[in-house]
Amino acid sequence: MKQFISFVKKEFLHILRDKRTMLIVLCMPIVQIILFGFAITNEVKDARIVVFDPSHDAETSRIKQRIESSSYFTITEEIKDYKQISEVFKKGKVNLAVVFSENFADNLLHTGEASVQVIADGSEPNQASSQVGYISQILSSCQQELMAQYHVPFSIKPDTHMLYNPQRKDAYNFVPGVMGIIMILICAMMTSIAIVREKETGTMEILLASPVKPIYIILAKMVPYMVLSLINLTSILLLATFVLGVPPGNLFWLVMLSVLFIILSLSLGLLISTLVDTQAAAMLASAMGLLTPTILLSGIIFPIESMPAILQYLSSIVPARWYISALRRLMIQGVSVQYVLQEFSVLAIMAFVLIAVSLKKFKIRLM
Amino acid sequence: MLKYLIEKEFKQLRRNPFIPKMIVIMSVVMMLVMPWAANQEIKGIKLSVIDHDHSPVSQRLIEKVPSSGYFKLTDYSPTNEQALKSIESGKADVIMEIPARFERDLFTGNSPSVMISANAVNGMKAGLGSQYLSGILGDYSSDLQNESGALAAQTTIPRFKVVPEYRFNPHLDYKIYMIPALMVMLLTMISGFLPAINIVGEKEKGTIEQINVTPVSKSMFILAKLIPNWVIGLTVFTICLCIAAWGYGLYPVGNPFVIYLFALIYILVVSGIGLVISNYSDTMQQAMFVMWFFVMILILMSGLFTPIASMPGWAQGITLFNPLRYFIEVMRQVYLKGSGFFDLLPNFFALCGFALLFNLWTILSYKKSN
Repeated sequence: MKQFISFVKKEFLHILRDKRTMLIVLCMPIVQIILFGFAITNEVKDARIVVFDPSHDAETSRIKQRIESSSYFTITEEIKDYKQISEVFKKGKVNLAVVFSENFADNLLHTGEASVQVIADGSEPNQASSQVGYISQILSSCQQELMAQYHVPFSIKPDTHMLYNPQRKDAYNFVPGVMGIIMILICAMMTSIAIVREKETGTMEILLASPVKPIYIILAKMVPYMVLSLINLTSILLLATFVLGVPPGNLFWLVMLSVLFIILSLSLGLLISTLVDTQAAAMLASAMGLLTPTILLSGIIFPIESMPAILQYLSSIVPARWYISALRRLMIQGVSVQYVLQEFSVLAIMAFVLIAVSLKKFKIRLM
Repeated sequence: MLKYLIEKEFKQLRRNPFIPKMIVIMSVVMMLVMPWAANQEIKGIKLSVIDHDHSPVSQRLIEKVPSSGYFKLTDYSPTNEQALKSIESGKADVIMEIPARFERDLFTGNSPSVMISANAVNGMKAGLGSQYLSGILGDYSSDLQNESGALAAQTTIPRFKVVPEYRFNPHLDYKIYMIPALMVMLLTMISGFLPAINIVGEKEKGTIEQINVTPVSKSMFILAKLIPNWVIGLTVFTICLCIAAWGYGLYPVGNPFVIYLFALIYILVVSGIGLVISNYSDTMQQAMFVMWFFVMILILMSGLFTPIASMPGWAQGITLFNPLRYFIEVMRQVYLKGSGFFDLLPNFFALCGFALLFNLWTILSYKKSN
């Protein structure tokens, strides 16, 4: 036990003496959670609209006013020529074009042939369909006003409620994701490098020649990084709650879940370190090899249900997926722990397997 | 002299077989897998239905909803509490509650209201889901109106049609939008990380001392580091373009030379960033952490995954200093809309500016003596 403690002390000294790295490791999550917490969102906001209005009558200007007064849209330009539409789209300056038919008010009242064409820049499909959706809502409420004095049978009023997140704040969706990605990458990177560095500088040889059991060497390596990760977890949770306004939900289980996830990430780093020999390779593997699958396959931005079946299976080996899904339930939906038992057990099994495999692969002799 | 320095760089690269292998495998795998994953398309929304009416009209509505293709009927609940439980356990995303006397109210013209409750943890999904569902309700009511001939009698009702049209990507295919941008992400990671560990690697191994005592000038040394990276970057980029063309049948609408021109400059920009970081770091660990930190910010704040227009004002300001943003814009505009070089002049100047800035900075910050 005494040996173990002195080993832990040695590791702490390693970290404390490299002030720059420590500063980076502790500040990076803070900057990232603030930056991404606010910036990663796909709410429709201030979509730019050009209007082509050949009739300029009372009805069209009323509709235009309604569009302008909505918080989703700003009318940037009124064009005089229909052909200009492709040009403004090509310059990338607008998202939507609203085209009124000729003699709009006249046709509206007499022939019933009036129409509004909504042309969207479909490059980004979701933004485009959301924008079209919002503008159709505005148009249909204009329509409803026009029809108010007439008695129309067979109409259904949709009455929409947004549960858990009535203002549809995107922070609620993305903050758990950002937490997951920061935790796993930092933990895995830190541990993998710490062990490989000893290999590369040759000091591993000395450690292995000592009477300390290899398992203690590894555990001693993980303790200080565990402490660092817990500090990071605290700062991330405080920021998420007080700066980004995401409710913490059941705090006890949230912390338990996060500690489990940290252990998992640290052992992932350990596994990487047993597989590679140089720091460069360790870092490329943990930084690049983990970054892409974690961003893409964990459901942070891209919903897992939309992926093809193979990728859905593949995503279930990405640990962050389970963590993030549990976080969303615990924090935002505020459900009790029995609803996230599945996530809990998957993470526990993964951690167990990773630790077992990396202990097995950890070489007691270098050659 | 430059020739020998470059030869040295290539030899070093070749003798570490891990890195070239990783570059090729990573680019191919990422191009083959990522576009399928990077999909925000909303479909298969899980729907829970509460039917208090149990009439033929409500039954027909329930059958109509899944046939739209957006919804999957996964749950039938007798009460709202039950349905909420299904949402909490993840069995449903949206609840549709049909009120009692739905059929009677419809026929008497009392406009019954159908309650739509969506799990808005994912705001986009909830928004689109409830929009689709309201659309289906609207369709259903006009179906009923047409069948009953109620409107034919009243031609004087003022109504107008709304005709939506999607340009550039008429089938709203997410892959077409993501592939050009994912190439930029790949290029950033490869051409950014490799130089970031390059100089600091020589520092750690001590081989930099040998260079420092030779008459090789600073700019020559940096140039010799940049050129191999340029070659690697262009190779990766070409692989990506080929995969996009042959694997996904995606060809740029605009001129491919415009893309290459911008890629040439862009690689210089990211390599410059990597080399600057490498110069300021003492250990590879530091270099990688810092580089990773910046790459993550560059990628997530470039409009690659989430639109820049949705960000708050200050964050949009930050993106102006993000070279990725400019190159991604170029790729998407050329690939999807066929914009020409002159439409993209501001991006060209911005990228040239970044390239100059970072590479001058590298040369100035590289010190031959301690």
